[in-house]
Amino acid sequence: MATNKYVCKVCGYTHEGSEAPSVCPLCKAGASEFEAVKEKKKGINTNSDVYAIIYSAVVVVIVAFLLAAVSSALKPRQDANIELDKKKQILASLNEKNLADAAATYDALIVADPIVDAQGNVVAERGGFEVANDAVNENNLPLYVAKIDGATKYILPMTGNGLWGGIWGYLAVNDDCNTIYGVYFSHASETPGLGAEIASDKFQGRFPGKKVYNENGAVGLSVEKKSSDADYHVDAVSGATITSNGVREMLKLKLAPYYKYLVNQLQPAVQENVEPAATDAAQETVEE
Amino acid sequence: MGLFSKKNKEAFNTPLFKENPVTVQVLGICSALAVTSKLEPAIVMGLSVTIIVAMANVIISLIRKTIPMRIRIIVQLVVVAALVTLVSEVLKAFAYDVSVQLSVYIGLIITNCILMGRLEAFAMQNGPWASFLDGIGNGLGYAMILIIVAFFRELFGSGTLFNYPVVEKLGLYDCGYLNNGLMLMTPAAFILIACIVWYQRAKDKSLQE
Repeated sequence: MATNKYVCKVCGYTHEGSEAPSVCPLCKAGASEFEAVKEKKKGINTNSDVYAIIYSAVVVVIVAFLLAAVSSALKPRQDANIELDKKKQILASLNEKNLADAAATYDALIVADPIVDAQGNVVAERGGFEVANDAVNENNLPLYVAKIDGATKYILPMTGNGLWGGIWGYLAVNDDCNTIYGVYFSHASETPGLGAEIASDKFQGRFPGKKVYNENGAVGLSVEKKSSDADYHVDAVSGATITSNGVREMLKLKLAPYYKYLVNQLQPAVQENVEPAATDAAQETVEE
Repeated sequence: MGLFSKKNKEAFNTPLFKENPVTVQVLGICSALAVTSKLEPAIVMGLSVTIIVAMANVIISLIRKTIPMRIRIIVQLVVVAALVTLVSEVLKAFAYDVSVQLSVYIGLIITNCILMGRLEAFAMQNGPWASFLDGIGNGLGYAMILIIVAFFRELFGSGTLFNYPVVEKLGLYDCGYLNNGLMLMTPAAFILIACIVWYQRAKDKSLQE
């Protein structure tokens, strides 16, 4: 027996049965005030809990598969782009900008990418390019060696924090291992027109000719509001104090560990003396 | 119903002026403040939002009858977030330089109120084609305001247009002209948007409350 629903139009009372009641039990309205409610036979009730749960699950699975597929399909292209971009950034610190073929220029100019440690030892002759930013530490310092018109330049990578996110850069020094040849800064999300100006030629153009390390071997290079030392101080970006401070901290922290390696490059004899000593120390530790 | 019936034309035209998302609906103000200190990011942001609003509108409009009412906002959000992620991935693969420039802005599109506002107010009730036009109209209306604001902020704040030093070439610095630093700060965007709102309501009496 099929039951139908009848709703009283006056008070909203719902009656279930084969036909409408003669009098509404709530408001005493007549049978003519009742209206049959037709249950939808086809289609799904889109308001049920089960439907909502299944619907959201299906949507999430579809979206997840779509994003995973697109992401893995595009990964090789993205990696190639990131690699090329890194090469462009390294070249930018050598003042080689807007290149038609950055990869070829990189291969021509960069002669080595060794990994060194803070004691000045070379850990590996090659492979500095592959070192991820978060893997850089005192014993794993990548750098790049370039030859431009016969002169050697050392390019030191740096990473630090700006106001909103990460900042990074490359700093190229001449073969005196101290005078800046060129510099490149970039950022993830600094404010356009303010902090983002560290990526501009105007700011980066203030660096060449300055010195990195002072007589004590510490990083003297600094970004200052009022530069008092023409050899070491660079004018900060006005209106972007926190980003400028971030650059100063980055220079101090990230350039310091390279000092011993760079000094060794100036005096090859020192390096030879240092290395056996370091090996002896290592052997002693093993024996103990 | 024709493709360019009166109703469809209205869906496209009204958001450009009479129902501009920024100045009349007051949606997407946050990003209008954040990306307008230079013209270039403003234009790219405007275009990206236009494309994503239009696509999201079409998708939501197509599935609008199947969406359970109680979780519709979440479904809309999933669609928008998926689209933004897709666009960002595609940009990274095929236009890396653009994606580097956009950096955070592309992710910010998810939080743009215009998207949720149009999905909820228009796409849930209308067909795909009308929704597409509505999305394009709203995106362009938003882009227009962004570009106007960015034009003045870049010109008076940095003295440049598209990074070209206009003021320097005109030789105004030699006459003692200085860039207005306030223009680079976010409050300047508020002032400029308010000026546009003022102008628009002075012109069109029907918008005055």
